[in-house]
Amino acid sequence: MNATEPMKAIKGGEFLIRETAADSIFIPEEWNEEQLMIAETCTNFLAQQVTPNLQRIDEQEEGLMKHLMDEAGALGLLGISVPEELGGFGKDFKTSMLVTEKLGAGHSFSVAFSAHTGIGTMPILYYGNEAQKQKYVPKLASGEWKGAYCLTEPAAGSDANSGKTRAKLSADGKHYLITGQKMWITNAGFADVFTVFAKIDEDENLSAFIVEKDFEGLSLNTEEHKMGIKGSSTRQVFFNDCKVPVENLLSERQNGFKIAVNILNLGRIKLGGGTVGASKDVITASVRYANEREQFGRAISKYGAIRYKLAQQAIRTYASESAVYRACQNMEEATEMLIESGLDETKAKLKGTEQYAIEAAILKVHASEVLDYVTDEGVQIYGGMGYSAEAPMDRAYRDSRINRIFEGTNEINRLLTVDMMLKRALKGELDLMGPAQKVAGELVSIPDFGANDDDNLFSKEKKYIANFKKAILMVAGAAVQKLMAQLGKEQEVLMNLADMLIELYVSESLQLRVEKLVSLRGEDACKEQLDIMRVYINDAAEHLAKSGREALNSFAEGDERRMMLMGLKRFTKTEDFNTTQARRNIAAKLIAENKYCF
Amino acid sequence: MKILVCISQVPDTSTKIVLKNNDTSVNGDGVTYIINPYDEWYALVRAIELKEKGIASDIHLITVGKANVEPVIRKALSLGGDEAIRIDADSNDAYETAGYIAAYAAQVGYDLILCGKESIDYNNGITGTMLAGMLDMDYIGFATDIQVEAGVAVVKREVEGGEETDQCNLPLVISCQKGIAEARIPNMRGIMAARTRPLKVVEPSKIAALTAILSYELPPAKAGIKMISPDDMDQLVDLLHTEARVI
Repeated sequence: MNATEPMKAIKGGEFLIRETAADSIFIPEEWNEEQLMIAETCTNFLAQQVTPNLQRIDEQEEGLMKHLMDEAGALGLLGISVPEELGGFGKDFKTSMLVTEKLGAGHSFSVAFSAHTGIGTMPILYYGNEAQKQKYVPKLASGEWKGAYCLTEPAAGSDANSGKTRAKLSADGKHYLITGQKMWITNAGFADVFTVFAKIDEDENLSAFIVEKDFEGLSLNTEEHKMGIKGSSTRQVFFNDCKVPVENLLSERQNGFKIAVNILNLGRIKLGGGTVGASKDVITASVRYANEREQFGRAISKYGAIRYKLAQQAIRTYASESAVYRACQNMEEATEMLIESGLDETKAKLKGTEQYAIEAAILKVHASEVLDYVTDEGVQIYGGMGYSAEAPMDRAYRDSRINRIFEGTNEINRLLTVDMMLKRALKGELDLMGPAQKVAGELVSIPDFGANDDDNLFSKEKKYIANFKKAILMVAGAAVQKLMAQLGKEQEVLMNLADMLIELYVSESLQLRVEKLVSLRGEDACKEQLDIMRVYINDAAEHLAKSGREALNSFAEGDERRMMLMGLKRFTKTEDFNTTQARRNIAAKLIAENKYCF
Repeated sequence: MKILVCISQVPDTSTKIVLKNNDTSVNGDGVTYIINPYDEWYALVRAIELKEKGIASDIHLITVGKANVEPVIRKALSLGGDEAIRIDADSNDAYETAGYIAAYAAQVGYDLILCGKESIDYNNGITGTMLAGMLDMDYIGFATDIQVEAGVAVVKREVEGGEETDQCNLPLVISCQKGIAEARIPNMRGIMAARTRPLKVVEPSKIAALTAILSYELPPAKAGIKMISPDDMDQLVDLLHTEARVI
C-alpha cells in the first residue's frame, strides 16, 4: 500500500502516517431521520424535565434525580446501545453517541445518565456471563435499577491497579467477602447495582464483582460537597466483609484491570461527545445574551471583541465534534469487520473500541478542554452577569471543570496517547519507523518549494496536515532516539508530543468533514465551515510549532537542534490570511441564527 | 371508534423567515419543520389517550403535502397512531386543504375528526369548520376537554370570560387547544415503530383553491430587549415612561 494513498478505513493511531479519504468518514450532517427524531426526544426531555429543574437537582432534592432517570428510562434513553434481546434498542455506536451529545447539556443529570449507561451498565453487558446479563442488564436498560462503578480509592486514583480493596473467599466457598473503601462514586446515593473492583487475596491484578446495594456489608457515606455537578450523587462506598455470591465475579479472576481500562476507553470518547453537546448549549446561551445585552447603545454582539469570542467558541466545538464522530465511525467499522471475521458481537465491540483507544484519549482531552474554553468565554460574554449565580454561566463554568479530571485526568490521557502510539510501533502494529526515517531524510535534502496544487479547494490544508504529520514524526523520532528508555520519565516532552498529536487528529478530522460537506452541499452552502477549517488549522500550526520547539529545545543540541528547528518551522508553516474576517463571518452566522448553528 | 387527526407541517417557531421570488413565497432552505403544536400536543395526544382508555379503536393521521412532509408525519406516528395518510398536494388554501381531507374522510368514515385550533404558520383556524361543513358533520371549536362515551361527546370549550360544556352526538369534528392534553415526548419504542407503520400516499381529489397569496411582508424588527436589575425599579419606571411611553 502506498503510504500517501488515502485509505478507506485506517487503523487506530494510523492517522499519523496515513491519509484518510473524506468520503469514508461519517459527518454529523448525515444523521438520518430516525436519528434526528431520537436527538429531538433528548432535546425535548432536557427542555421539559431537566433544564427547568436544574436548581432543584443541584440542591439534591430527595428522589428527584432518581425520578428523572426513571423518566429517561421510560423514554428508552437508558437502553439505546443495549441489544434488543436484553431489553434495549440495539442502536449503533454513533446513535448512542448522539444521545450522549444531546443529553450532554443536562449538567448533573448528564453525569448521572452517562455513569449509568456507561460505566454502570457496560461492564456487565460486555463482560457478564449469560446469567449475569439476563439478571442485571434488562433492569439497567429500563432504568428499574440504577448502576454505579467503584474503581477509585483514596490512595488509588490515576494508579487504579494499586487499590487496597480486598476480596477473600468465605469458609463455605459460596461468597467473596469484600473489604475496602471506594471514593468519588457517581450515582452511589441511588444506585442498585455496583461494579466493584478488588484484588482477591494477594493477587497482582484487580478482579471485578457485581454487588447489589442490599448485599450485607455495603454502606454509603454522606454526599460529597463539590465545586460543580452538585446534583450528581457522589459518595464514598464502604465494604466491610461485604458478602458477594461467587457467581457475581465478573469475567475471570484478575481480569478487572482490563475491564476497567476497556470500559474507560468507551467512557472517554463518550465524554468527548457529551462535552461537545454541553459546549453547543453554552454557545447558544452566549449568542443569545450577546444579541440581547446592549452597551453604548448597541447589542454587544455588534462588537468585534465579542464576535471573536463567539467565533472561537464555535470553531473549537465544531472541530471537536468532527473528530468525535470520525472516531465513532472507525470504531463501528472495526467492530463490524471483527464480527465478519467470526468474533462474537460483544468481544468485537470491545476490541473495535480498544483499537481506537488513542483517538478516544485524544477526544477526551480535546473536547473537555474546549468545553472549559467555551464556558470561560461564556462567563466573559455575560460580563457581570456571568459571575452571578442567577445566570446560567455560573453552573456551566463549575460543571465543566470535572471533565478534565474524571475518566482519567487529561494528563494521564495525554501520557496514554503517546505511550500507546509508541507501544504499537514497538509491537510492529504501527510502522512509525519508516515514515520517521523518511522525514529525517527530508531534513537534510533540499526543501520542496513546489507550488501547491491550487486547483483543489482543500489542497493547502491537506498539505499543511501532511506537514503536521512530518513535524510529529520528526520530533517523536528524535525524542525516542535521544532519550530512549528515559523518554517515559520526560513527561514534559510526552505532553508536548500529545498536544501535537491532538492538534493533528482534530485538524485532519475537521478538514475531512468540511471536504465531505462541500461535496454534499456545494461550496456556497459551506462558507462558514470553510472559514472554521481555515482558522482552526492556522491556529493548530502555531500550537504544533510551539509544542515541537519546547520538546526539541529540551533534548536536542547543536547543529542537529538547529536543523530540526528549521524543519519544524517548515512543517508548521501556513500561508497568512485574514483570520479576523473569517472569524467575523462565522460570528455573523451565529448572531443571525441566534444559536449554535453549525 | 375511528379517529382521524389532521396534522400540519409548520416552520419551527425559532425559524427566521426569509422571503423569495419578489416576496411572493417563503424560502424553505434551511428551515426546520415541526408538527403544528396544536395538532401534536392537543389533538393527537388526546386521540392517543382515548385509544389508551379503550374508547378509540383506530387512529389515522392525515396531512396534505408533498414528499418533504413525510419526516413530520412519521414523527407524529412515533407518538402514536395506527397509520398515516399523505394527500400528495401542495396547498396554502384552507378550502382546498379541507376539501382534500374531506374527500378521503368521506370514503373511510370516521367517528371523530380532531385538528388543532389553528396552524401556527398561516393561522387561518378555519380548516376544521370547513371540513365539518363539507362532511356535513357537527363541529365544536377551541375545545379544552373531550370525553366520549357511547357515541356521545362531552366537550368543554373556552368562551369569553369563562367556559362552556357542550354535548354532541358523533360523528363530530373538534378543533383542540391548550388544556386538552399534556405534551408528550416520542419514546424509543414509538420512534422505531414509526418506520413500520403504514404511510399511504393518496392522489388529491379535484378541488380548486379559493384564494391565492399575492405577497408576504415581514413584520418590523422588534425593539431590543433591555435587561434591568430587579433591584432597580427606578430605571424600569424611567424606561417605561421615556422609551416605551406606556406610563
